Amino acid sequence: MIRVTVNGATHRFERPLVVEELIARLELAGKKVAVERNGEIVPKSAHAATQLTDGDALEVVVAVGGG
Amino acid sequence: MAKRDELVVAGRSYSSRLLVGTGKYMDFAETRSAIEASGAQIVTVAIRRTNIGQTQGEPSLLDFLPPSKFTYLPNTAGCYNAQDAVRTLRLARELLDGHKLVKLEVLGDPQSLYPNMPETLVAAKQLVSEGFEVMVYCSDDPIQAKMLEDLGCVAVMPLASLIGSGMGILNPWNLQLVIERVGVPVLVDAGVGTASDAAIAMELGCDGVLMNTAIAAAKNPVMMAQAMKKAVEAGREAFLAGRMPKKHYSATPSSPTTGTITSSQPKAA
Repeated sequence: MIRVTVNGATHRFERPLVVEELIARLELAGKKVAVERNGEIVPKSAHAATQLTDGDALEVVVAVGGG
Repeated sequence: MAKRDELVVAGRSYSSRLLVGTGKYMDFAETRSAIEASGAQIVTVAIRRTNIGQTQGEPSLLDFLPPSKFTYLPNTAGCYNAQDAVRTLRLARELLDGHKLVKLEVLGDPQSLYPNMPETLVAAKQLVSEGFEVMVYCSDDPIQAKMLEDLGCVAVMPLASLIGSGMGILNPWNLQLVIERVGVPVLVDAGVGTASDAAIAMELGCDGVLMNTAIAAAKNPVMMAQAMKKAVEAGREAFLAGRMPKKHYSATPSSPTTGTITSSQPKAA
């Protein structure tokens, strides 16, 4: 089992997964999001290949209304 | 007409000198209507954590304001240090497919939202070194505005008064000093409350005005957006036309002084 933090909340997964799977599990597939892992950007092109490891901290962001 | 008068930022030209935010509207439909009425071509957006589990099927801002039609200006609202601001804009660049034009704002405290200038300078330097085109919210201090230009920012955007306050231009003198000293475009960002505030900013020689709350918090945001469009255009034309000099303590009649049917005229004091 691995434990990762996404947007400040802890999520547990029974087996290691890649960023693309994480996005699907969070029901964000197909949405325009950007991902940061442990302070570094994970480019879209690397979502399928970037393996998450226990203790990772992720940020998943979108564009919202603002001034 | 002579050469078209356009706002040029980071090598790109915009016919509208009004930039608008996309926050505080009732819904995305109202956001779009107001922004279309404003004629703005550059719109600011914020970068926020996704609302996990609650966003399914919900429309997104990008559906209503397609990035193909508008130039997005992602901001760093809510950031109180250089590191958070830089991280936020790296995420924005990734989110918007390599988009480089950004609005940097590093805030001092949540009560005033006044810019933290030391952190703003640190973040600006870092972002420029990473290839960002930085439009920067700043104080109306001409020395620091010039420092931001020297660091490579593509526009400086002093506040007219506190963000969301609608207090208008509190220090036109400083704004004028910034305009005189800085070579890159100067845009008033924050504090505009109504159309005359925007017109005054443009009459002073600002290259543009950025606003959000003045439109979004009006009773009729779409009508206010139209008013702001006209105010920015009117202010710009008045600036280009060159206003008459002010004359203190004496009047000059606009009509002929001779040929009147009056029998007498008081002597000038």
